[in-house]
Amino acid sequence: MSDGQDAGRAAFRRKSAEIGIAAVFFLFGALVMFDSHRLGSSWGDDGPRPGYFPFYVGLIICLSSLVNIVRGLAIPADKNSPFVLTSQLKLVLEVLIPTALYAAAVSWIGIYVASIVFIGYFMRWLGQYPWWKVVLVAFGTALVLYLIFEVWFLVPLPKGPVESLLGLD
Amino acid sequence: MQEIQSLMHGFGVALTPMNLVLMFTGVILGVIIGVLPGLGGANGVAILLPLTFSMAQTPGGATSAIILLSCIYWGALFGGAITSILFNIPGEPWSVATTFDGFPLAQQGRAGNALTAAFTSSFVGALVAVIVITFLSPVVANFALEFGPPEFFAVYLLTFCAFIGTSKEPPFKTLAAMMLGFALAAVGTDPVTGTLRLTFGSTRLLTGFDFLVAVIGLFGIGEILLTLEEGLAFKGASAKLNMYVVLQTWKELPRYWATSLRSSAVGCFMGIVPGGATPASFMSYGVARRFSADGEQFGSGKVEGVVAPETAAHAAGTSALLPMITLGVPGSPTAAVLLGGLMIWGLQPGPLLFVEQKDFVWGLIASMYLGNIAGLIVVLTCVPLFAAILRVPFSVIAPIIMVVCAIGAYTVHNAIFDVWMMVVFGVLGYFFKKLHYPLAPLVLAIVLGDGTEAAFRQAMLVSQGDMSIFFSNALVGGMTGLALLLLFWPLISWLYAKRPRKSTPA
Repeated sequence: MSDGQDAGRAAFRRKSAEIGIAAVFFLFGALVMFDSHRLGSSWGDDGPRPGYFPFYVGLIICLSSLVNIVRGLAIPADKNSPFVLTSQLKLVLEVLIPTALYAAAVSWIGIYVASIVFIGYFMRWLGQYPWWKVVLVAFGTALVLYLIFEVWFLVPLPKGPVESLLGLD
Repeated sequence: MQEIQSLMHGFGVALTPMNLVLMFTGVILGVIIGVLPGLGGANGVAILLPLTFSMAQTPGGATSAIILLSCIYWGALFGGAITSILFNIPGEPWSVATTFDGFPLAQQGRAGNALTAAFTSSFVGALVAVIVITFLSPVVANFALEFGPPEFFAVYLLTFCAFIGTSKEPPFKTLAAMMLGFALAAVGTDPVTGTLRLTFGSTRLLTGFDFLVAVIGLFGIGEILLTLEEGLAFKGASAKLNMYVVLQTWKELPRYWATSLRSSAVGCFMGIVPGGATPASFMSYGVARRFSADGEQFGSGKVEGVVAPETAAHAAGTSALLPMITLGVPGSPTAAVLLGGLMIWGLQPGPLLFVEQKDFVWGLIASMYLGNIAGLIVVLTCVPLFAAILRVPFSVIAPIIMVVCAIGAYTVHNAIFDVWMMVVFGVLGYFFKKLHYPLAPLVLAIVLGDGTEAAFRQAMLVSQGDMSIFFSNALVGGMTGLALLLLFWPLISWLYAKRPRKSTPA
């Protein structure tokens, strides 16, 4: 697996990941309990109040994540294997960040242009394909999607300025 | 033999040229979905669900829509075996056990035999499960017509406790993931009083979280991120399937009838009680190894070692639809997505479906027979084609899958906000998978959260807050008791294991 020194280094280890995620769970559970308490988590005149059920859901989240935090803390050093290696994390982020940008871009340039750019980035940057293949696959995919959704199933997808320029919307 | 009559009527409903086309389309799409990384039964069906919205509005359209979607599911079940055997990559979690003997067989140049055995036993498993559904589901539905809120809550409780009792993931992680699902389900308008809950003033959260978006993010994006990390080198055995190999394998298969029967039984049981296809396949592999005459050779490429997990996985995947149509409680994430589809089309899943929507129910059951035959034909004839899809490099297929997931998330409510939520769920899915938080109970809790809460609150209203209503008669008490046993099962087995052993164990 590890072919270089850098590739074999852990970005962070399992112990921190376990504790981190369990802590996020705990905070979320506390938030649920807080809002449920605000709505009334007790028994009203006409039965359980709106916060009754979610309050206990939040409570169970908090209690079980406490157990998970303790179990995370108890991981011995020799069993604390790497959660993700720096080389892996780099690859994941190289995809995750563009995906997040892609999701953000859809609202103002439309899903077609965003998809062409996204597929193009992926193939050119990570796959190192020649430009003609990149263009072929990216535009081909957009065309196929357009035919399936807009033409055959009549499901409109978000469009942006480029589509209105082409008179497609 | 009321059931046979109803079934024949169902064949009449399902056997239209349009439905047959949909069946084959569904199976082919399903196999592709099952073969591709990042797409699986659950999120494949979730992505395609919005395309059926308009289809379901036409008369008889709901039946066509469920036939399309359930056939995608059958196809995905078949597809998982292809990657396991040829590439040693389980396309679906329930195909992991198939790799144990399937991949060694492929390395010995007997991939064709392994594939034929896998497909045929999948078919047998599904067939047994469909027969069980045909005769058992009217009984269950009839029985469930008498259910009140306490009984329904007990069924829900049993479903969720079964996850804790049968999951191989740490129980407190299962619990945390499940409760996260309930909390997400509670976001939005309270179904009983109409009060806004957990929205924190955001108008986007008014309608709550849609589980389809969660499914696409958790299973789709999360899976792609995980696959990326592994680095991708698909080096597979080549697949040749000709009639000679198929017939040769079919001659060998009747020898394993006992294994098939046992595996079908394990599968049906695990599918109806929501344990799911994955544990069923492992359990059945283990059972087959113990009972087989040459059990020690399992793992070195025995056809029987392919038959056992595949039969069980398909039997479980199919029978997971039984509680879905009779009680409205799905046994697997994909069944949960199908249940969501029913609700969107305006059908109320549950016992009344058998009374009010006879055409739909029996059309669906008849289509299960036909869909699996269609599936067997498609996979036996098109394996090389599907294997070729896997040879498309990941840097081409991954962005296309991502784009398809994004469109799937968008079309659920025509909301771009859902695309952002999909990315968030994708990151969650990545962490949850790596840290062994199970996704199935999370998804089921998002789907069933409102129903569970409503049943609980109605039961509490009836009893004026007295919990003993869940033990008020033998039926509800039995289910609640069984649920509690499953809930505390990890604790019981832990205590049992820690018990000091003085004498030699019997």
